[in-house]
Amino acid sequence: MKPASFDYYAPNTIEEVLDLKHQHGDDAKFLAGGQSLVPAMNFRIVQPSALIDLNRVNELSFIKEDKNVIRVGAMARERHLEFDSSIKKYTPLLHEAVPFIAHPQIRNRGTIGGSIVNADPAAELPVLMIALNARLKAKNKNAERWIDAKDFFAGMFTTALKPDEVLVEIELPFAEKNTGWSFMEVAPRSGDYAMMGVATLVTLDKNKKCKFAKLVYLNAGDGPVDAIEASQSLIGETINDKLIESVASHASEKEINPFGNIHASIDFQRHLAKVLTQKTLKQALERVSK
Amino acid sequence: MKQVTITVNGTEYTKEVEPRLLLSDFLRHELGLTGTHVGCEHGVCGACTIMFDSESARSCLTFAVQADGHEITTVEGLAPDKDNLHPLQQAFWEAHGLQCGYCTPGILMSMIPFLKQNPNPTEDEIRHALSGNLCRCTGYQHIVDAVKLASEKMK
Ligand SMILES: Cc1cc2nc3c(=O)[nH]c(=O)nc-3n(C[C@H](O)[C@H](O)[C@H](O)COP(=O)(O)OP(=O)(O)OC[C@H]3O[C@@H](n4cnc5c(N)ncnc54)[C@H](O)[C@@H]3O)c2cc1C
Ligand code: FES
Ligand code: FES
Repeated sequence: MKPASFDYYAPNTIEEVLDLKHQHGDDAKFLAGGQSLVPAMNFRIVQPSALIDLNRVNELSFIKEDKNVIRVGAMARERHLEFDSSIKKYTPLLHEAVPFIAHPQIRNRGTIGGSIVNADPAAELPVLMIALNARLKAKNKNAERWIDAKDFFAGMFTTALKPDEVLVEIELPFAEKNTGWSFMEVAPRSGDYAMMGVATLVTLDKNKKCKFAKLVYLNAGDGPVDAIEASQSLIGETINDKLIESVASHASEKEINPFGNIHASIDFQRHLAKVLTQKTLKQALERVSK
Repeated sequence: MKQVTITVNGTEYTKEVEPRLLLSDFLRHELGLTGTHVGCEHGVCGACTIMFDSESARSCLTFAVQADGHEITTVEGLAPDKDNLHPLQQAFWEAHGLQCGYCTPGILMSMIPFLKQNPNPTEDEIRHALSGNLCRCTGYQHIVDAVKLASEKMK
């Protein structure tokens, strides 16, 4: 239960981070909040030869409003997202979901970037990135690029980042007008990884017909699962209970692909997905009008 | 080896440490502050919780080198002197908030910032705040009572 030896670097700027990564190559890992990496190192599941600690790179920990978007540095703590007033105002879905991540003691250290790059299918933030249509900025020594969230997650604990790239920034568009939101999950105990969860958005036009919908599930496959068909079938419709029932059935039976685990069988996960879809859609609709 | 200077409970310590040394082991083995307990070493049990710059954190998921230049508070830093307990500790004593005491330091170090943010917590809020700390003895009821009592004492 003690990590293997490694060399430790604590750079102060992104430039130094990228130089260090360039020098030390694939075996060097970035250390963000350490709330996923350090347990894995304590178990010796991973044994990096070097750690490049991002905690002293102040330019990576910001949350700021820009034109119609919120920009969040990769090292912003989960706990800061929770209490940030711009996030609450402009991306209320994210504000609602963050307290479901682990416990305050973990969120005080854990970062948005670390959770996204960790790409755990049971994690909340990757699902939120898809639901909110976020863009992610990656950088290596020579270049930078923006990646759409939908192209970022590439399976279990895998992302589109290249080994020499660091995630630097997350861009979150403001919620559109007349959008309702809801995030719900069911976990064995508060703070545990959930057995099932869903992030839901609904936008209505002036005739109260649905013009946009999003349903994204956690722990429902090998990454965040975007139920595209179910969301599509809401568009142009006046959403009523019957439609909600059929959308929830379709998403939970046809679109998600849960694996089951010691806490929940596959059938139970599908059942939870159905119930949560119904509940979140109803709550989101109630919130549109407010 | 790396040289670090870490302020623990108001005292500054300068030591040479291996980068892989966990902050929990630094506190226990290098400084002899064995009040910080170690249960699981993967962030789940909460026994090792300390305050890192006045916010609760797992000392088993932080390397001592990362605390260089930072302020750490452990359970040993709570009592004002050796004859008096901190009101939170006093409340745990009075309300029987512990049995074996293994979980207690981590719970205290989680509840200090919690009570600061929520001076008048409801029972539900207390239970939610305790969910990051496992106790195998008490069944939690007396811990909840102790935190409630502490909130009254600390007003
Ligand atoms: C007890 C416990 C319960 C938890 N429960 C939950 C939960 O319910 N839901 C949940 O979502 N999470 C949970 N977590 C995980 C927590 O949210 C982590 O903080 C998060 O997954 C990882 O973030 P981090 O900043 O700690 O990253 P780290 O652990 O430091 O890093 C994770 C990985 O990402 C890489 N990385 C980090 N930052 C960057 C970057 N900027 N660019 C490129 N690569 C990077 C690292 O090299 C590493 O491979 C839990 C953790 C614990 C210990
Ligand atoms: S020892 Fe750190 S959380 Fe269990
Ligand atoms: S008092 Fe024994 S573990 Fe809590």
